[in-house]
Amino acid sequence: MTAEIIVVTSGKGGVGKTTTSASLATGLAMAGKKVAVIDFDVGLRNLDLIMGCERRVVYDFVNVVHGEATLKQALIKDKRHDNLYVLAASQTRDKDALTQEGVEKVLDGLSEDGFDYVVCDSPAGIEKGAHLAMYFADHAVVVVNPEVSSVRDSDRILGLLSSKTRRAERGDGAIKQHLLLTRYNPVRVAAGEMLSVKDVEEILGISVVGVIPESENVLAASNAGVPVILDADSQAGLAYGDTVARVLGEDRPLRFLDAPKKGFFQRVFGG
Amino acid sequence: MGILDFLKRKPEPSAGIAKERLRIIVAQERSARGGPDYLPLLRSELLEVIKKYVHVDLDAININVERDSGHEVLELSVALPEIKGATQAT
Repeated sequence: MTAEIIVVTSGKGGVGKTTTSASLATGLAMAGKKVAVIDFDVGLRNLDLIMGCERRVVYDFVNVVHGEATLKQALIKDKRHDNLYVLAASQTRDKDALTQEGVEKVLDGLSEDGFDYVVCDSPAGIEKGAHLAMYFADHAVVVVNPEVSSVRDSDRILGLLSSKTRRAERGDGAIKQHLLLTRYNPVRVAAGEMLSVKDVEEILGISVVGVIPESENVLAASNAGVPVILDADSQAGLAYGDTVARVLGEDRPLRFLDAPKKGFFQRVFGG
Repeated sequence: MGILDFLKRKPEPSAGIAKERLRIIVAQERSARGGPDYLPLLRSELLEVIKKYVHVDLDAININVERDSGHEVLELSVALPEIKGATQAT
């Protein structure tokens, strides 16, 4: 039994990769899967904060790659879900701390330990860390914001996914690509100030697996160290829930794409 | 739309501009992807040669590599500027 490997990537930084990795991993665990989520951003560890386990990091990904700790010692069990584990990035400044062989060894180890899914949280950019995060992937979640530089970068990443991965090199069939549109603001889309879902799909030639509305709950969730998917009162949390279901093959319609209807006073006085 | 909105200056809807710009740049970058590494250099050197005779800028030169069963075709097109008046360079 081999684990399905999902890379969460984007090219551009600050679009919501780590937020997405945390919610995707948590959502898969909530669906009963055994999940590990790995922070590939060597030197800039952050997934631990978003997952709320920053004070429990003893060993990290690089320690395991270098044989200084076992996988078992380095995996941090999630407080809320018994079947969810976090592997933190190292804070070392050595960019070459990760190697392709080392990453493969860790991923194979997770498969042997019976993990169903491994979520790889990629660093920004297209350098070595991002390359290693995507290289072994079976699925890719490409996180994109409705904004010109993010859309352009994600097209670049889609190109790399179809050429610079193990599946592409071996001709094992294409990596499954999922486009996730985050920080979507339906009011601004309606006003013609922001690219719409349809615009982004047309430009990139790929349909979205989910649309996460811009929401203050995302910041609140990261402040608290609780993945936003656990906030069932927020549209962002619910949209992540839908997205995970779609990654698992369920058919769910997109929600929260329309600007809320304005009331009488708002229509008269604006705002 | 509220009646008081007349008082506000309406911003030009910019999403359409974004979409058009992205459509062009994404198409251009996709066509360059997977092509030989020397294409950008070839393009700028060709520009130098062409500039000796007619003034064009880099955007006017389009290089494409088309793959056709077994062989590759290097396609080059140069958009010449419109010349006002009489003679037209061909």
